[in-house]
Amino acid sequence: MTFACREDDVPPGEGRNITLEGKRVALFRTDTGWYAVDAVCPHKGGPLADGIVCDHAVTCPLHDRSFDLRTGQGPGEDRVSAYPVELRDGAVYVAVGSPAAAPVAA
Amino acid sequence: MSERDRIVIVGGGIAGQAVAEALRERDPDVAITLVCGEDALPYDRIRLSEILVDGSDAATLALRPEEWFADHDVEVLLGRWVEGGDLDAGTLVLDGAEELTFDKLVLATGSQPLLPPIPGIGLPGVHPFRDPADCEAIRQSATTATHAAVIGGGLLGLEAARGIAAQGCDVTVIHLVDRLMERQLDPVSAAMLEPSLADLNIKVRLESATQAITGGDRARGLQFKDGSSMDADLVVVSIGIRPEKTLANTLGLATNRGIVVADSMRTSHPRVWSVGECAEHAGMVYGLVAPILEQARVAADTLLDRSAAYTGSILSAKLKVAGIDLVTVGEADGETSAVVSDAAARTYRKLSVRDGRAVGAILLGDVRGAEALMAAVRAAEEVTDPLDALAAASAAGPADLPDEAQICNCNGVCKGDLVAAVEVDGCTTPREVMSRTRAGTGCGSCKPAVIDIVAMAAGGLNEEPAYLCACRKQTRDELADQIRSQGLQSVSEVSQCCGTGRDCGACKPALAYLVSEVNDNRHREERHARYINDRVHANIQKDGTFSVVPKMRGGVTTPSELRRIADVAEKYEIPLVKVTGGQRIDLLGVTKEDLPKVWRDLDMPSGFAYAKAVRTVKTCVGEQHCRFGLGDSMGFGVEIEKAWEGLHTPAKVKAGVSGCPRNCAEATIKDIGIVAVEGGWQVRIGGAAGASVREADILDTVETKAEAMRLSTTFLQYYRENADYKERTYDFVPRIGLDEIKRIVTDETIGAALRERFRLAKAATVDPWLERDDPYHPRQFTDLDQQPEDDGPPTPVVVGPPEEARR
Repeated sequence: MTFACREDDVPPGEGRNITLEGKRVALFRTDTGWYAVDAVCPHKGGPLADGIVCDHAVTCPLHDRSFDLRTGQGPGEDRVSAYPVELRDGAVYVAVGSPAAAPVAA
Repeated sequence: MSERDRIVIVGGGIAGQAVAEALRERDPDVAITLVCGEDALPYDRIRLSEILVDGSDAATLALRPEEWFADHDVEVLLGRWVEGGDLDAGTLVLDGAEELTFDKLVLATGSQPLLPPIPGIGLPGVHPFRDPADCEAIRQSATTATHAAVIGGGLLGLEAARGIAAQGCDVTVIHLVDRLMERQLDPVSAAMLEPSLADLNIKVRLESATQAITGGDRARGLQFKDGSSMDADLVVVSIGIRPEKTLANTLGLATNRGIVVADSMRTSHPRVWSVGECAEHAGMVYGLVAPILEQARVAADTLLDRSAAYTGSILSAKLKVAGIDLVTVGEADGETSAVVSDAAARTYRKLSVRDGRAVGAILLGDVRGAEALMAAVRAAEEVTDPLDALAAASAAGPADLPDEAQICNCNGVCKGDLVAAVEVDGCTTPREVMSRTRAGTGCGSCKPAVIDIVAMAAGGLNEEPAYLCACRKQTRDELADQIRSQGLQSVSEVSQCCGTGRDCGACKPALAYLVSEVNDNRHREERHARYINDRVHANIQKDGTFSVVPKMRGGVTTPSELRRIADVAEKYEIPLVKVTGGQRIDLLGVTKEDLPKVWRDLDMPSGFAYAKAVRTVKTCVGEQHCRFGLGDSMGFGVEIEKAWEGLHTPAKVKAGVSGCPRNCAEATIKDIGIVAVEGGWQVRIGGAAGASVREADILDTVETKAEAMRLSTTFLQYYRENADYKERTYDFVPRIGLDEIKRIVTDETIGAALRERFRLAKAATVDPWLERDDPYHPRQFTDLDQQPEDDGPPTPVVVGPPEEARR
């Protein structure tokens, strides 16, 4: 697990980008917990961290594609990697080395 | 049965009505008389809590309109009491005098609320929760009471508590045992229910036996067995029902807890049947609607000498409390069970299995697949892996359900019935299907599923309302009512009350707009509900950078502004500077973290080019310079822009003011366009020159600028309050109709009210670019590996965990 930020660094219900171990990751703080997925939408490269977030999903700000934050699954074959996140003592850690759900091989 | 045999049904509740309907469906000829003790036609008691929450008229609960009874040849006697009779002779005595003859008799006398025999139970301020009169009394008291207590933490008690809380009254639910809804829930799910109730301002007090209701002249408090007490000036009692068997006893029928019936629903007398909450079958008295309707169908068959048997019901329940999704069926525990639970999200899904068969399910917070699981429990389906079965159910859409899956539990309507209504009976809309099958007409909680299935069967929907939240199938008007009646101030509060904005989040910006509009901009702003454009007040571009458009009212600028824009463009190496179609200057390719710096250096207000708001008022130079000019279009355009700027709207609003009918400002293709004409100003609405092109309709031609301003402002506010989110004026105006809009905006009273709300909303606007010095969050404009702007000298970015977390 790699330290990413303090809990207060991300406004509630929003996402922010961070590079961890060379990987660009969008980190989300929602009502149901913290989630981390690849920062870039596979459709046209939209910044997922700028999307609207609800309990378990983020919608890309460019073309409204929605991804499940728990699994990274998007519409059809679109998929991003989702990474385990842990909150300890007000600090947020991400396991970028181990996608929670590995992307399907093309 | 011989011709015109008469069946008399005593009792005008859901049960009596159901027997009448089932009989008429089966036999067009038999004479049916329904004797109702109350003065009202049969109504839907299950939806009482709706009346309590929103105060709507009891008449909305009617099961069938008056015409139905004439159309179906059902004679109704209202406000009449059956006092006795001679069963062998086939006669009843009505109101002590009149005689009514029957061939067969159905007792559907229902039940009375169970009231505990404790001191103070008869005091003013103590109410049962049973009929519309109770609801009205509770609602009235709740507005003035300081603290209410609901005795009984079952389904109905919780719904009553919700109704009271909705009136803004503190309420505590008192429950005898150690968990709520103990007949339907297991201890874990019951415990998870409590915080959701707490969010709705409902407190819970478990394991408390009420010993007395205290207060001399009226209820003032409760005294408990353990010696403790609490204040309560409104007490609602909802601890169960007592089958109404007075008449049955008078007639000499066998009774126990209720009127004893066999599988045929026949009582101890061969000419008498009994159905509903008054009937006792195999030792069980059912107080829920689904079993009652099953009984009514069996009774209708056996009354007509067809063979049928009632063998008991598997109970299911849905809690009708806005903001809490709860469905249960069958037993709360089994031999083995699978549970999927998320304590943080307050979801709990459980499937219980005995002898390898499904016997019960509890779905709290996440009720996906409820129909499929209920079908499995009712059919006692074999389940080899309950966890798999749970997962499969949650993925099931309407197409995956078997035809036997019961969709409407109140009225016992299966998926197959709904599909047949479309495919065989030719219904084309959900409303027709609901009227024909009665699905969705009980508690209404299955309506979304019914609509889905009708859509599937009909290959699309013909009357799909424009849902603001498609996931929860809620319209703008429904949500606006909730926001208004419950005083909701933020998107989170609306989500909590209405369940919106949680499944996909797509409706959050629409909710954000609605909550601000209804509250005249005096809402609690939550940026997570806004599009990124409205979080950082700039328009996101395809590469993730932003465009910045400073305010330039009417397209009029100055040398010093132009100089600043040029300096900023150079300083921040802005890749593209472009003049827009709305007569503004657009700086494209600004990074998010540069936005506050760019605004500061520009020192101009936001041009709102990124928002659903009044964007631009385009002008021509007008009479001050143009030799054809008839009016001061430039000055007027600037004035209008000042009056409207900063206001959010359902979709973007582009405006224009032309100084003469040559129309250089293209006002005739604007959402709101004003054209100077000989002797006055023409006000036009609903124009477009985008993906669709539409010439704006003429709302009116008026003499003065003041009148033109007044008229167009009134329309703008009407649009703000009534358009669907993202509905441009060019769709809105034809949808409402120009004549209707004219009528509304020229009506003195309505118009004045619209303008007053506009004034309030406008007064609460601020320039969003001031957030450059007062961000709503230190990282409003920065990612986590960038340094947020602050006043002091730069400090290094924190790259490691805090000391205390490093252990």
